[in-house]
Amino acid sequence: MSKALLDLVVAQFGSAVLGTHSQHGDDTVIIAPSAWFEIHQFLREDARTSIDMLTDLTAVDYIDREPRFEIVSHVYSLAKGHRLRLKTAVGDEEGETVEVDSLTALWASANWLERETFDMFGVRFVGHPDLRRILLYPEFEGYPLRKDYPADKIQPLVPFREVPNIEKVAPFGVDEGMSFGRQTHQRGYEEN
Amino acid sequence: MGELSHAAGTETAVLEAGEGAGFGTTKLKDLLSWAQKYSLFMYPFVTACCGMEFMSVSGPRFDFSRFGAEAPRFSPRQSDLLWVVGTITQRQAPVLKRIYEQMLDPKFVLAFGTCASSGGFYDNYACVAGVDKIIPCDVYVPGCPPRPEGVLDGLMLLQDKIQRGDRTPGIVKPRRDPASNQDLGVVSLRRNKDAAT
Repeated sequence: MSKALLDLVVAQFGSAVLGTHSQHGDDTVIIAPSAWFEIHQFLREDARTSIDMLTDLTAVDYIDREPRFEIVSHVYSLAKGHRLRLKTAVGDEEGETVEVDSLTALWASANWLERETFDMFGVRFVGHPDLRRILLYPEFEGYPLRKDYPADKIQPLVPFREVPNIEKVAPFGVDEGMSFGRQTHQRGYEEN
Repeated sequence: MGELSHAAGTETAVLEAGEGAGFGTTKLKDLLSWAQKYSLFMYPFVTACCGMEFMSVSGPRFDFSRFGAEAPRFSPRQSDLLWVVGTITQRQAPVLKRIYEQMLDPKFVLAFGTCASSGGFYDNYACVAGVDKIIPCDVYVPGCPPRPEGVLDGLMLLQDKIQRGDRTPGIVKPRRDPASNQDLGVVSLRRNKDAAT
């Protein structure tokens, strides 16, 4: 059903569309970052598409690719019932200059979705009215869902108590607790 | 602020009279401990899914008002048992610590669920691996969520500790060993002061 929508977008923005694919009823269009806002605006305002809902906006970190981050948005039309996924790739290897236009002028839901994407990936949305962390605290440094953020790094707001064996405080012994998983809480703990 | 230390037991300084602790003061201490353990005013610090099981423990089937532990006081000034129910995130940790510090001695902490006891299945940047990293804890009730019977076992264990004046942390073991499928019985409550934990 959304194939017609996909064809419409390709017909309208031929040069900005870098690729499309359709699988299991999902249609995806991969576009150039410079056309990000323009294509979403077209989708919202055109009567044939009448996209009135931005259902999701997030990012994916492909650390081996150049550009590194892929911004993904899902849009839906309540009137016509068709949906589309739009992707664009931004960012260099170091994770600098990760910028894409903000969609807050089109949909109010983009406000918090973009704040979450910024919080987790460090993607800057140009034109966002209030781009700051939403899930984590301002003292947090770094972007945790990036692939180069260490999985076992924590940044506690409250310093941990000064008791011996804080990694395993009584009554949990060394041999108790998770026998599976990373067990990072036992890092540096000496077995007795 | 530094590390807060619990009073060695539940008695006040008047009763810790040293050589003056005779039959009368011992019985008074026991009486006060008895009164305290059966009138715990709780502060339900509920953050996550364990709150659902907390509600069921407070319901008529697994009633904890039978144990005198029903009265919730959503002010740290008026409560003496802090129920930490659910996951504590790094962002929530200063809040929890502040609530604990505002409570008046003697105070107790019950870690409800594995997230509060040891971080649960969360091993990430966002969650604190157990509230005992921030505040001292008296009873740990593991489970995800724990069975209400387990919570009541934890409550009884805490009451026993209060009666004995024991501040060493305790963990609620399951009533049935999943590995050998044997019945382990209700969590053992020491009646004799000299018995090992």
